[in-house]
Amino acid sequence: MSDAGVPTVLLSPRDVASESAGARAALIAVALGFLTLFLVLPLAIVFSEAFSRGVAAYLTALLDSDARAAIALTLTVAAIVVPLNATFGVAAAWAIAKFDFVGKNLLITLIDLPLSVSPVVAGLVFVLAFGAQGVLWPWAAAHGLHVIFALPGIAMATVFVTFPFVARELIPLMQQLGSAEEEAALTLGATGWKAFVTVTLPNVKWALLYGVLLCNARAMGEFGAVSVVSGHIRGLTNTIPLQVEILYNEYDIVAAFTLASLLALLALVTLAFKTYLEWRFVGAARRRGAG
Amino acid sequence: MTLSIAGAAFKKPSALPGFAPTLGFTLFYLSLIVLLPLGALVAKASGLGLGGLWAVAVEPRVLAALKTSFGAALAAASIDVVFGAIVAWTLTRYRFPGRRLVDALVDLPFALPTAVAGISLAALYAPNGWLGAPLAALGVKIAFTRWGILVALTFVGLPFVVRTVQPLIEELDRELEEASATLGRIALPPLVPGLLAGLALAFARGVGEYGSVIFIAGNVAYVSEIAPLVIVVKLEEYDYVGATGVAAIMLGVSFLMLLAINLLHAWSRRGLGHV
Repeated sequence: MSDAGVPTVLLSPRDVASESAGARAALIAVALGFLTLFLVLPLAIVFSEAFSRGVAAYLTALLDSDARAAIALTLTVAAIVVPLNATFGVAAAWAIAKFDFVGKNLLITLIDLPLSVSPVVAGLVFVLAFGAQGVLWPWAAAHGLHVIFALPGIAMATVFVTFPFVARELIPLMQQLGSAEEEAALTLGATGWKAFVTVTLPNVKWALLYGVLLCNARAMGEFGAVSVVSGHIRGLTNTIPLQVEILYNEYDIVAAFTLASLLALLALVTLAFKTYLEWRFVGAARRRGAG
Repeated sequence: MTLSIAGAAFKKPSALPGFAPTLGFTLFYLSLIVLLPLGALVAKASGLGLGGLWAVAVEPRVLAALKTSFGAALAAASIDVVFGAIVAWTLTRYRFPGRRLVDALVDLPFALPTAVAGISLAALYAPNGWLGAPLAALGVKIAFTRWGILVALTFVGLPFVVRTVQPLIEELDRELEEASATLGRIALPPLVPGLLAGLALAFARGVGEYGSVIFIAGNVAYVSEIAPLVIVVKLEEYDYVGATGVAAIMLGVSFLMLLAINLLHAWSRRGLGHV
């Protein structure tokens, strides 16, 4: 499961086709028609609706105080979540890719587990733990710690939901790279940390960056889990997606799509970066193949 | 994966340092963020007992929502398998203008936040929307009905099928270098395990999906209400026991799906080896 991402990055399509030209054209038409219907139109309508009353209305919606509070909270959550999951991803990838130990496959499966859990269930587990009837409630209350309906709960739920993103990018790549280069560095007298910084990190920096970007996009866009723990307090515990929901339910369509367009833009930047990386890796693989 | 000798140590010897701290941190962080919270849910649910869980599952509103979630997720995943296979085949084997752009766009449902997808699909298919208006003229209503759930889940599941099948087609391509592979005759059988894995992934994602669905679904109890929404509704009514019960049932299904997906992936890798 965890190695599904790498081959698509490294493979280069070739023009091998034995279907008739007619069949080929029909298949391409079906594929493009389906993708237009399900991907292009939903993306296009975000920007079309956001700018439907002009640039001035867009800017007004963007500069609204609740919108700015939502943007600030979203940035804060991402600033907490992304470094945590990036650190975890690097540590897990080092342990899993560089060593052989019992139970490794189980560990990989468990790391992927949050991807198969419904976001609503992810939010619920933190409500059950820290909510008014939760097992950790007395402890949190005694320390004056507000978790649910507050920033810590939002951050925890987001950490859970975005848990495997960096690890999933790094593990298959580091497994593929092996550890011969690091061992050579150690033989030459480098410390383990130095070998990691000077050998491993440069080798995996693009995958790491992509994992971070993906984790960030998901952290900023998470809806279900955050919706359960946040309590929807305007100007206080609303992230951008929650603010989008509130505006949409109030029929403030332009404002809802204005904030949504920020997240759509972030998604497009993430996809563009992934495409750039694929182009880079496919190019590098071809050069290696030719050399 | 590696040769294991009977009675071998927990870890194979290695020249590299850092095993204990990185694995220690990994296990600590995994336990803290994932295993303990999920364990607490399971512990709370086991307090209900099997009878209690069954009682929650057969509550008419819960049962209707579970049927809706599972049925819509399976239908959407099936649509994704058909069109995802065509998309993957087209993108891998043919060259046409804009192919790379289209290929990049396939990941959009991964990257686009679910709430954004939800409101844009709802706006598209609303009776006055770009697609909803012509459909309404034909007497077809998508948004705010069960069909809306199907549309949202099809959107969400598509990249799972395409990205699972794409590398297999590429590999197949290499193995059948000279043979004439066409989608229908030779290529399809070896792709079956991969297609099933894609189906399982899209289904697993669809069953738990919340954000993209609730805006377009109408959310009428017994008709167009999905299981995750029932959890949210129960929480809002302070019915923690009911919410836990539904969550435990969905978590159990997630575990089974994860197991099935891992088996299918193993099968699809082995299957290709025999082509």
